[in-house]
Amino acid sequence: MNVLVWVGVAVLGGIGAIARFVVDGTIGSRVSTNFPLGTFAINISGALILGLLAGLAVGGNALVLVGTATLGSYTTFSTWMLESQRLTEDGELPLALLNILVSLAVGVGAAALGHAIGAHA
Amino acid sequence: MVSLDRRELAAIFLGGALGALLRVWLGEEFTGAAASWPWVTFSINITGSFALGYFATRLQERLPQSTYRRPLLATGFCGAYTTFSTMQVEILKMIEHDRYGLAIAYAAASIAAGYLAIWVATATVRRTRVLV
Repeated sequence: MNVLVWVGVAVLGGIGAIARFVVDGTIGSRVSTNFPLGTFAINISGALILGLLAGLAVGGNALVLVGTATLGSYTTFSTWMLESQRLTEDGELPLALLNILVSLAVGVGAAALGHAIGAHA
Repeated sequence: MVSLDRRELAAIFLGGALGALLRVWLGEEFTGAAASWPWVTFSINITGSFALGYFATRLQERLPQSTYRRPLLATGFCGAYTTFSTMQVEILKMIEHDRYGLAIAYAAASIAAGYLAIWVATATVRRTRVLV
């Protein structure tokens, strides 16, 4: 990986984080629910697109830049866990379990769907 | 509409860049075989969850409000350092290789350890009685 790619990683990593912030904020301001819908939408859409890249057999620097840097920064595991734990603290155990299990199931499903689309494109 | 404060956005961008750089670097340094236990992603997600639990709790409950600390450290760094999409594709590849036990173990371990990391970090911050 050359310097240019590393610069790309930094820039795209920043952009991915910004995109996450904007999407989360937009969804949060429009939908009123205790369920962390913003993070859910972000994680699922990111998994879908990364699955697509895998199905298209994107590799090398393209995968590093679009997949690892951008989508990796766009999606987030830590926020998913934090929001689940905070829900439990707030006495919303069913919602916490839902957040964990549905995110996992739909996330893998989205990756599989993306992969299938990419493989047959 | 989302408030687009420039300092906040700059902090998110910087934190995101750093988180991405660290994650990509670790991936390049410690590459693993496909459909085997993804040690790099796993370690990143657990340590990143601990960090987020620490930062989020401390910034929310211990330190005075700041325009840039939370966007930089939590949204920016921890959010970009950890990754959901990579984990899902890794699980998918395990399933495609018929390694169902591995897929379940990886998902369960990630969630259990990640959740525990948040819990421990949060509890640790709350136990400190002075504003440090």
